[in-house]
Amino acid sequence: MERDARVCVIGEDVGHYGGSYKVTKDLANKYGDLRVLDTPIAENSFTGMAIGAAMTGLRPIIEGMNMGFLLLAFNQISNNCGMLHYTSGGQFTIPVVIRGPGGVGRQLGAEHSQRLESYFQSIPGIQMVACSTPYNAKGLMKAAIRSENPVILFEHVLLYNLKERIPDEEYVLNLEEAEMVRPGEHITILTYSRMRYHVMQAAKTLVNKGYDPEVIDIRSLKPFDLHTIGNSVKKTHRVLIVEECMRTGGIGASLTTAINENFHDYLDAPVVCLSSQDVPTPYAGTLEEWTVVQPTQIVTAVEQLCH
Amino acid sequence: MALTHRSTNLLKPLSAAVPFTSSLRRLFSTDDATAITVETSVPFTGHKCDPPPRTIDTTPKELMTFFRDMATMRRMEIAADSLYKAKLIRGFCHLYDGQEAVAVGMEAAITKKDCIITAYRDHCIFLGRGGTLVEAFAELMGRRDGCSRGKGGSMHFYKKESGFYGGHGIVGAQVPLGIGLAFAQKYSKEEHVAFALYGDGAANQGQLFEALNMAALWDLPAILVCENNHYGMGTAEWRAAKSPAYYKRGDYVPGLKVDGMDAFAVKQACKFAKEHALKNGPIILEMDTYRYHGHSMSDPGSTYRTRDEISGVRQERDPLERIRKLILSHDIATEKELKDIEKEIRKEVDEAIAQAKESPMPDSSELFTNVYVKGFGVQSPLLTYQLCHRAKGNRAGELSSQELDNLMTIVANYRQFKIPDWFLNRKKDYKKR
Repeated sequence: MERDARVCVIGEDVGHYGGSYKVTKDLANKYGDLRVLDTPIAENSFTGMAIGAAMTGLRPIIEGMNMGFLLLAFNQISNNCGMLHYTSGGQFTIPVVIRGPGGVGRQLGAEHSQRLESYFQSIPGIQMVACSTPYNAKGLMKAAIRSENPVILFEHVLLYNLKERIPDEEYVLNLEEAEMVRPGEHITILTYSRMRYHVMQAAKTLVNKGYDPEVIDIRSLKPFDLHTIGNSVKKTHRVLIVEECMRTGGIGASLTTAINENFHDYLDAPVVCLSSQDVPTPYAGTLEEWTVVQPTQIVTAVEQLCH
Repeated sequence: MALTHRSTNLLKPLSAAVPFTSSLRRLFSTDDATAITVETSVPFTGHKCDPPPRTIDTTPKELMTFFRDMATMRRMEIAADSLYKAKLIRGFCHLYDGQEAVAVGMEAAITKKDCIITAYRDHCIFLGRGGTLVEAFAELMGRRDGCSRGKGGSMHFYKKESGFYGGHGIVGAQVPLGIGLAFAQKYSKEEHVAFALYGDGAANQGQLFEALNMAALWDLPAILVCENNHYGMGTAEWRAAKSPAYYKRGDYVPGLKVDGMDAFAVKQACKFAKEHALKNGPIILEMDTYRYHGHSMSDPGSTYRTRDEISGVRQERDPLERIRKLILSHDIATEKELKDIEKEIRKEVDEAIAQAKESPMPDSSELFTNVYVKGFGVQSPLLTYQLCHRAKGNRAGELSSQELDNLMTIVANYRQFKIPDWFLNRKKDYKKR
């Protein structure tokens, strides 16, 4: 925001309250109420408003207090945000960043535990990235703000408390690049957002059992970084996708197809995809735990694949 | 029968202009100095504001400009009707004839730095904002020289450099965008306003009220203009709205009801609204207007209203006729001269159509251009076309031989240009196991 006067933040409680997850804390004090705009509870229209402002050259960052609320703005995101650059023959660019916490939290209930990446992935014209560590959150956010395309940045409710030493200076990560978390030889595990941590937990167990998994945090949900993924598949010949999305029509489904289409010759086994169950997220803690993929399931899947 | 509910208040008689006694002739097209005073057909009705006066000053030049502009718009829409029936225009085509006064009156009151955004009945507003007939017809026919390169169509006309932000298909969705335009104007502290146009059908959308609330909360220079042609597709306003007094719908936001068939009333109202919005925030203008065609070309427009009603409005309130009568009564031009102008316009329109027909269909590579800025995310070898000519802004298929050489160099050494292997999809790069 300091670098570019056109950057502004628009969302509910982003200003005086500092953001429901404190992401925008103190920004209103520094930049004022117009640049860190507290909106009424009107997702459809404030998203539309931000997109209209972007048409003139401003660079708003739209916050959905919870990603799930952005479903109310689906029309604006799909038709105006994604498609305006195309339908105007290139006259208008929409350099917005749409961000917010999503994913399954701790017993937040079905409507506050939604994963919207599967709903948005078909919209032409938008880019989607998911951050997972403080390091990549900073880099991806900067890249998203600087991008001329509309970018949806998926954060996760349970990852806000992570602490990590990160460089003070500016760094911008590549929006379309995946992150190699742990190189390995036996199997490629593709994941993103919070499931990265479940995978790494499973990886510890797997290493003790003698396996050597290669873990890649895909980060870029649209488009996929098929270069990094492809190189990995060519090396290991086995793929396991671990995601928090629902099974039906999720990111894993698209990724499975992409891998099958592009790297079919390199696979020794079918691509396996572990996703959340196709159910509304229940409130009860034990049930909620069974909805998402757990490390033990990941270990079992790897053992089966590598056998 | 339901139609009898329609009272004849659509057929309000035109009131005569204030008679002018001086003898002025012939120099109509350049006379900017002689003041003529006209009166709007009916006084304005205000909601929470003092309406502006109904007497307005104009000049012969302005009258002739209004005539010419409205006649061009009228001719364009009628020509579009024929083109649609000839299957040269496909899909949806929403025509504006009857409503021209709104487009012309609004333009007369504002500058190109003010923004206008509207829905899908956008052809004439586009013209008013400086779009050309060729761009319009080419876009309608899906040709390369269209204002959106043939990729938008009838509902997606835009002209960024003249502050015309479209051209939107989903009813009501343009209003929050319009508030965003006003927000950007306030943000950059420019003394300009944003006009967000919508119809009586869209007036019942929730997002309108959300947008109004925000605009009023932050004093945004937004003017919401309801082009009330009394029918939301096939549903008359009294069947869709509990309170069809759209100018009052803002509650705490002031409103003005305007005769939308009278270009001078529209001009006066927009001038008033601009001054208001810059000082006090949003205002609603309800333009009482009428469309002669159906909702779109797929709608005959006669199943939900009588032909008598349509011809009645045309007889009593036609915006073009009103200006013609004013011109004739002030001796600014003769009837023959006006007819000649109309003939000239007809020729212009025909020529524009012929030129638009010459324009080719978009190149197949255009399928993938403008999805993203700088072409990322498109998994196609055509990416290299965009990477090659991105800096020059060329369209695909128009590469010079030097550019073609550049392109071949990129394709041969793509890794140097940071293009990942998979973009070029070259099977021979994958070694068979």
